[in-house]
Amino acid sequence: MDNPFLHGYVYPGLWMLGGILAVMLPVVLAVAFVIYFDRKIWAAMQLRRGPNVVGPFGILQSFADGIKLVLKETIVPASANKGVYFIAPVLTFVLAMVAWAVIPWGYFGDTKLVISDINVGILYLFAISSLGVYGIIMSGWASNSRYPFLGGLRSAAQMVSYEVSIGFVLITVLLCVGSLNLSDVVEAQRGTWYGIPKWFFLPLFPMFVIFFISALAETNRPPFDLPEAEAELVAGYQVEYSSMTFAMFWLGEYANILLMCAMLSILFFGGWLPPWEVAPFTWVPGPIWMIIKMSIFFFIFSWVKAAVPRYRYDQLMRLGWKVFLPISLGAVVVVSGFLVAFDLLPNKG
Amino acid sequence: MILQTITFYLFAAITVAAGFMVIAARNPVHSVLYLILAFFTSAGLFVLIGAEFIAMILLIVYVGAVAVLFLFVVMMLDINFTDLRQGFLQYLPIGGLIGIVLLVELFMVLATWQFGPDVAAGAVPQATTGGLTNTEALGAVIYTDYAYAFQAAGIILLIAMIGAIVLTHRTRPGVKKQRISSQVHRDPKTTIEVKKIPPGQGI
Repeated sequence: MDNPFLHGYVYPGLWMLGGILAVMLPVVLAVAFVIYFDRKIWAAMQLRRGPNVVGPFGILQSFADGIKLVLKETIVPASANKGVYFIAPVLTFVLAMVAWAVIPWGYFGDTKLVISDINVGILYLFAISSLGVYGIIMSGWASNSRYPFLGGLRSAAQMVSYEVSIGFVLITVLLCVGSLNLSDVVEAQRGTWYGIPKWFFLPLFPMFVIFFISALAETNRPPFDLPEAEAELVAGYQVEYSSMTFAMFWLGEYANILLMCAMLSILFFGGWLPPWEVAPFTWVPGPIWMIIKMSIFFFIFSWVKAAVPRYRYDQLMRLGWKVFLPISLGAVVVVSGFLVAFDLLPNKG
Repeated sequence: MILQTITFYLFAAITVAAGFMVIAARNPVHSVLYLILAFFTSAGLFVLIGAEFIAMILLIVYVGAVAVLFLFVVMMLDINFTDLRQGFLQYLPIGGLIGIVLLVELFMVLATWQFGPDVAAGAVPQATTGGLTNTEALGAVIYTDYAYAFQAAGIILLIAMIGAIVLTHRTRPGVKKQRISSQVHRDPKTTIEVKKIPPGQGI
């Protein structure tokens, strides 16, 4: 029985659906636990206990919060622009999820663990993260209220500013790789150099720092959480949202933070590769390495949140346009000049 | 193939509908949002014909940057919708005239359009990339065959950018600014004065 329809559409479709579920479900679950870890780390730094009631060590706190949010009433402001008001949280959540399609998790046997191994993976991630601003600016405008609108405007300006330097950092990395495919980015970091892993964070250390700080600004994390600065704007663009719409913003925000952790590990810390390809390190499978690296970055994200006071808005703009932009632009020139001068370009021809 | 055809018609229909709604929507912010939808679906169409690099650049540049600024400006505008509709009949003749002229010109272009003899014979020239990816093929053309034209385009854009900044920049007197360099260059000698206070007298 060789049914062309079955083999042409049904089986590949099911295979694709399975792949999508295999990535999406762990991501959503990870978001729930990551919110718990964030609160725990934050509490530990402030000598508090943090959530410790629901489940052992309070580990089920996020699920309790989630159920509470689902059961709450959805309140829509009378003067809100209804369509845009409801599209905004959905857009934030969907964009945070679709970006995971191109994140490579390593190999299982000979199968590459990635939903879609496209040639322009870096550009895809960049495009999706630049779309993320719409969820926030639409929610700010559609709420038809002062605080959300100010929060939305702030966020739009902030994300546009930091995307520029993120773009230049990505260019320096892909100059060293010679490909826009994320699997190629990881493979380019395989091997060691005098016993040191050939991960890009060493030669491109300033770029790594700029990318990390820009990632904080891009995901509206402290010290750059000005769109939702509670002392000035109550909760910024989220003020008028309640129940599930609020939960979708929350999930999308943390999924974006995890995505930035994944990007940091792929671009600068060798993705799924172990630091040295010798016995004890190679026993650990690739996806586990990836998760370990992402967890370390998430810890640093939480650490920064607990340790650093919030920036003032003009300082934020100054840092983005007058400090990061010239440095990253100069770095593109320096890195490409260095690669050409020492004949190190990955693609010659 | 059938899946691609369905996807094409889906994207094409959404693009046309969104394009129509850009001019039909009553609220200008909705117009911009429909414009963004049109950009997004045209990026989908680019992916369908295999131009993934162009599709991503369309998303990054137009949706990620240009349309954000559009939305920003339109949201800040204080538009009175009743005023907006009032001049409709007054401007109808001239608007209609321009519309008709454009329509006639479009018809003239499309009616006189002729495919080249090779294309009409069915030999559609395909871009041969020779196993290169989209990005490499574009880079190979832009930075070798058309390097000077590309540089000239870049310089024109740079001049336009500098011109826009020079024309709109104005120094406002009396605005308090944080001068980072002067703050950094402060030292204890000029800013702190140590005074010995004799007991029981004060300063």
